[in-house]
Amino acid sequence: MTILVLNRRSVLVGGGAAFATGVSALALPACAQGVAPTPSMPGGANNYIKGAPTVARIGKGGFWMSGTVRRAGDGAPLAGQRIQIWAHTVEGQEHEPKSHGATLTDKNGAFRLEIPQIVPVFGQPHGHLAYDSGEFKTVFLRPVMRSAKQTSLEAHFVLQPA
Amino acid sequence: MKTAKATLIWAALAAALGVPLALAAASPLLQWRGAVYIVAGFAGIIVLFLMLVQPLLIAGDLPGLSAYRGRRIHHWIGAALVAALAIHVGGLWITSPPDMIDALLLRSPTPFSAWGVVAMWAILAVALLALFRRRLGPRAWRVAHLSLAAVIVAGGVVHAMLVEGTMETVSKLALCALVVAAAVKAVAGLLARRRRAAPRAR
Repeated sequence: MTILVLNRRSVLVGGGAAFATGVSALALPACAQGVAPTPSMPGGANNYIKGAPTVARIGKGGFWMSGTVRRAGDGAPLAGQRIQIWAHTVEGQEHEPKSHGATLTDKNGAFRLEIPQIVPVFGQPHGHLAYDSGEFKTVFLRPVMRSAKQTSLEAHFVLQPA
Repeated sequence: MKTAKATLIWAALAAALGVPLALAAASPLLQWRGAVYIVAGFAGIIVLFLMLVQPLLIAGDLPGLSAYRGRRIHHWIGAALVAALAIHVGGLWITSPPDMIDALLLRSPTPFSAWGVVAMWAILAVALLALFRRRLGPRAWRVAHLSLAAVIVAGGVVHAMLVEGTMETVSKLALCALVVAAAVKAVAGLLARRRRAAPRAR
């Protein structure tokens, strides 16, 4: 039987070691290759609709959702990647198909889609973005606006092979 | 003089509830929400209102109501509070099931959700215990109700303050301060009465 002696030093050393192990385990694939993949955010997939059409603009616009898509590891920009965007806006609620749309990244891996003004819903002004094309692992993001008055929001993806 | 004071107290209560209600009803957010979502939001505001009325009733702070009537109304308002809570949660569920499931499972990304859910369970626990309070005995019931009331007030007030919703911020803060003050005053009054009564009881 092992007798565990818990004093300040053993807790600090043990805790530190456990923390370091946990952190390095999480970061290991990234450390080996550089840029870590973006994890999905809690609630990111809420009211997601599969296969939203690629559009030039959602509704009448007035709000810019933008970001970048890069590859995990070397951080290379990924061109032509489809990003879906939806939110509760002045023109519709989150679950309505007309609030959903998709856009493609340019050669620099950047995307930018004009959507109607986002308004607070369920207590927070936030948007939803998804990468779900299958080539890379699916990622759902849910960025929150610092203020409901903001007229733009950014979200950045680092994708890892599926 | 007595009637003037009574009128003042009732007017203050009407203002404490009426002003935040009117400001919430004027919120620009309402124009972008469906009917069910609007009802669900206001049901939450009603819960907060009733959380102010409950300690006032039981402490006998509302003039013109006898201790007996205050107590009776406290029971009915308790039932109304549970009904308003059910409409709040049910309406939000209909509005966005995935967001509500996340909230109820305590895995929501919004920091206020867990506070609301904890307050909800405490409200339901008080309601359930109230049905069996005779079997519990007065002492166990009082300890249970007061501890749960503390959880309800803390959880409900933090929940309300962190939500960016239809309520206007300053009036919401004022109402929440009144809810906390009324609860603290009622509990302090009860404890003081108990302390005065204790020597005779022993």
